Amino acid sequence: MINQYETVFILTPVLSEVQMKEAVEKFKAVLTENGAEIVNEENWGLKKLAYPIQKKSTGFYQLLEFKAPGDCVEKLELQFRRDERVIRFLTFKLDKHAVAYAEKRRSNKKAEKEN
Amino acid sequence: MAQKSESEIRYLTPPTVEIKRKKYCRFKRTGIKYIDYKDPVFLKKFLNEQGKILPRRLTGTSLKYQRKVATAIKRARHLALLPYVTDLMK
Repeated sequence: MINQYETVFILTPVLSEVQMKEAVEKFKAVLTENGAEIVNEENWGLKKLAYPIQKKSTGFYQLLEFKAPGDCVEKLELQFRRDERVIRFLTFKLDKHAVAYAEKRRSNKKAEKEN
Repeated sequence: MAQKSESEIRYLTPPTVEIKRKKYCRFKRTGIKYIDYKDPVFLKKFLNEQGKILPRRLTGTSLKYQRKVATAIKRARHLALLPYVTDLMK
């Protein structure tokens, strides 16, 4: 059964730009391997954390929205747990209200980008 | 003696009696169906200075949406978008 998920994860600020991009690519590859279709991807960049995680007070936030069968999430999270660059991750299954909200959010993000 | 001094007490500012304003659930009224855990600015309205979740009796939200707000705030805290505890956050 194809559900819609969104996952937000934080990468350590120690990484260089290239390493950070490569880490994001790696997780996108894990997703597409397991038959997921990435709907949207946002990079919030370097943000200050509300409290220090692993002694670091800033982190790279990355959002991935994707449509996938249920078992794909477990594999993705396994990769998150293994990779030491990721200091925190949260996967969230979108119900019908959340899907409508995400749709609206994407459209007005695009509208912002245009004008 | 106490009686006399009682009437002499003058308040600097007249004690304003809190006018009982009918509380309403802002989610039902504005028709918001989903509370996003990703934007902390909106969630901050439901936190006090220490970063604790405000009870329903103060915000007046209905039980169904209070639960959604609580889970959204806990998710935002997990992602370090909101602090677990802080002082003078606002």
